[in-house]
Amino acid sequence: MGLWNAIAVGFKEIWAHKFRSLLTMLGIILGVSSLIAMSALVEGMEKGSREALVAVGGLQKFRIESQPVPVEQRHLRDFATGVTLGDVYAIQNNAPEVLKISPEMRMEPSPTLSANGKNFRTWSTAGVWPVQLEMMEHNIEHGRCFNEVDDEQARSVCVIGTGIRDELWGNPEETGKEIIPLGQTLTINGSPFTVIGMFEHYESDQDRKTRLLRKAEEAERLASGLTNAPTGPKRMRGWGGNRRGGFAFWIKNNTVYVPLNTMWIKLLSGQTNTPSDKRLSEMEIKVRDVDKLELALSEIRNVMMVRHRGIEDFNVRTQEDWAEQINVFIKNARLSGGLIAGISLLVGGIGIMNIMLASISERIREIGIRKAVGAGALDIFVQIVVESTVIALIGGIAGVGTSYGLIQLIIAFTTTDNAPIVTVSSMAIAFGASAVIGVLAGLFPALKAARMNVIQSLRYD
Amino acid sequence: MALLELRNVSKIYHLGGEEIRALDDVTLDIEAGEFCSIIGPSGSGKSTLMHILGCLDSPSLGTIKLDGVEIQKASTSQLAHIRNRKIGFVFQFFNLLPKLNVVQNVELPMIYSGIGGKERRERALKALEMVELGNRLKNRPSQLSGGQQQRVAIARALVNDPKIIFADEPTGNLDTHTGEVILELFRNLSRQGRTVMLVTHNPEIAAVTPRRIEIRNGKIADKVDTRLAGLDRLAAAAAKSAAAGAH
Ligand SMILES: Nc1ncnc2c1ncn2[C@@H]1O[C@H](COP(=O)(O)OP(=O)(O)O)[C@@H](O)[C@H]1O
Ligand SMILES: [Mg+2]
Repeated sequence: MGLWNAIAVGFKEIWAHKFRSLLTMLGIILGVSSLIAMSALVEGMEKGSREALVAVGGLQKFRIESQPVPVEQRHLRDFATGVTLGDVYAIQNNAPEVLKISPEMRMEPSPTLSANGKNFRTWSTAGVWPVQLEMMEHNIEHGRCFNEVDDEQARSVCVIGTGIRDELWGNPEETGKEIIPLGQTLTINGSPFTVIGMFEHYESDQDRKTRLLRKAEEAERLASGLTNAPTGPKRMRGWGGNRRGGFAFWIKNNTVYVPLNTMWIKLLSGQTNTPSDKRLSEMEIKVRDVDKLELALSEIRNVMMVRHRGIEDFNVRTQEDWAEQINVFIKNARLSGGLIAGISLLVGGIGIMNIMLASISERIREIGIRKAVGAGALDIFVQIVVESTVIALIGGIAGVGTSYGLIQLIIAFTTTDNAPIVTVSSMAIAFGASAVIGVLAGLFPALKAARMNVIQSLRYD
Repeated sequence: MALLELRNVSKIYHLGGEEIRALDDVTLDIEAGEFCSIIGPSGSGKSTLMHILGCLDSPSLGTIKLDGVEIQKASTSQLAHIRNRKIGFVFQFFNLLPKLNVVQNVELPMIYSGIGGKERRERALKALEMVELGNRLKNRPSQLSGGQQQRVAIARALVNDPKIIFADEPTGNLDTHTGEVILELFRNLSRQGRTVMLVTHNPEIAAVTPRRIEIRNGKIADKVDTRLAGLDRLAAAAAKSAAAGAH
């Protein structure tokens, strides 16, 4: 019997038992759709996490910060200087694997910013070199960054993120127009600074999409002449606001940078009494090659240990932990999602096997007749396997369709920053899995049917 | 060389330690073109013999040659192939597939011999014309009378142009008149030169065939006891009616 005939017989058989076949397919439908939905969710989460990791500079980057002297070195406490600008120069000169190094001098506690009659305490106000912008993947959208001359002369200039602008001058969503406060004066703990640049607005792809969508809806509403805007207190809904996934972006948006020298001379003078070596909060370092991260770290460690005479008043913090955590999390999510989907598929497969066993015991006589007129064991075997595969494949196709609905359902019931991403490969894998399960589920019943004795089957009733 | 050669064939069943010889040392030749009945009381081993002759079953002992091919050692798939090409069966209970219509039932053997759809249809129609059922093609078996169902079964047995046709009590489930119609069909087939084996417990039916093989307790009876059941008289009458039919 040709394959086409077997497939035609299979479809007929399924059609003859529509309801039973549908119930049987349900397991496969659920398995396939949950496999696709799970993988879409994980894919979305992974993309979100990677975006966040890239937004803070990726694995190539790490930071050295001051830390209290460890207990066993307590007696050396008085010699501890913490991370200093001198360390930065030393690393620059002695650690060849280092590509970029950027010192950062933060005001602790963070200062009060005032402008436009408003006050705001931001996340971080730091004195940096211009290289910090490259380091932190900042992009200036308006104005310029301060340069070496600004730094040398300790000019009172600053560059701000859009979050600062939103707080002090107003959020474009609320004011209806984008304010660019270049040339305006911003006071940091009372000292006046001129805003010379503003970063672009940072947000995740997902946030950007929702914002643009909302904007489009707004425009449509205005265009259609509906002026009855929603009343009542405004909700804080975003701008990549302080939502979980957008945290990395939120920090970037709430940054104020001034030249390092300015920070040292105008904002921190009087707070410290070691003018010979300027103390830093931390330094950010970028290596040439991620694969040589270990080598770079040991170079830096050597330089630092020599300069600090063995006192461990600094620590090195890489993003490896974070990246690792992301990987572990994604792996776990994949595993548990895969497990759930796998179990549903398995249950679906068992259902198919069950129905095929029921089907062949209903059709013992039919099988006997087919064999009597010349069907070989292989013909019968193929017919049963094809039937169970057809059931599974129809279930698989329906499952691919259902997965769309399932994803919409999940989106509706959960608040996730990361939109699920349905990949073609996950659909192919799920569909392939349903085919494999169909074949496997059919094997045992098919073998049983193929081995039936002709005479006994003919006599059966 | 005979079409079918059985040599010392036995079929032994074991039931709870007891040995049942359904066939006991049967030796038998069937020539091509013969019209032959296998007769004997119920349980004597007629069906068992027919199953072995028809490659539905294999013997426990002995050898069997069909068309020059030794088949007692053949694998199940080889047997399936022989059944498909060389043998046609007609059963007491028709054994049609209830989900298929008349044509599809007749096409069934050809599906397993890999004949294309168009030729399949043509040959099925021809076979159905022969049993005068060309007008019931789309009917399901359940929509036909017993006699019509048996005619469909005969068409199915003929459609692959087999060397030999076996019929196991083909009229056993039909009323006398319908049985005669079916019997007439087999006689026609025999007249066309086909080899036909008719299994029956009914002497009146056996009387129709020129050759009769009598089975008792799994053995071939040496000589058919013609006086028993008035076989001689029936045979004479049958011969007379056949002669009359020829005029
Ligand atoms: N599968 C089997 N197992 C055991 N005994 C069987 C089996 N098939 C047939 N027999 C026995 O073999 C004998 C012959 O049976 P069968 O050929 O069907 O007789 P008939 O067709 O002449 O009525 C009977 O005694 C029957 O009980
Ligand atoms: Mg019988």
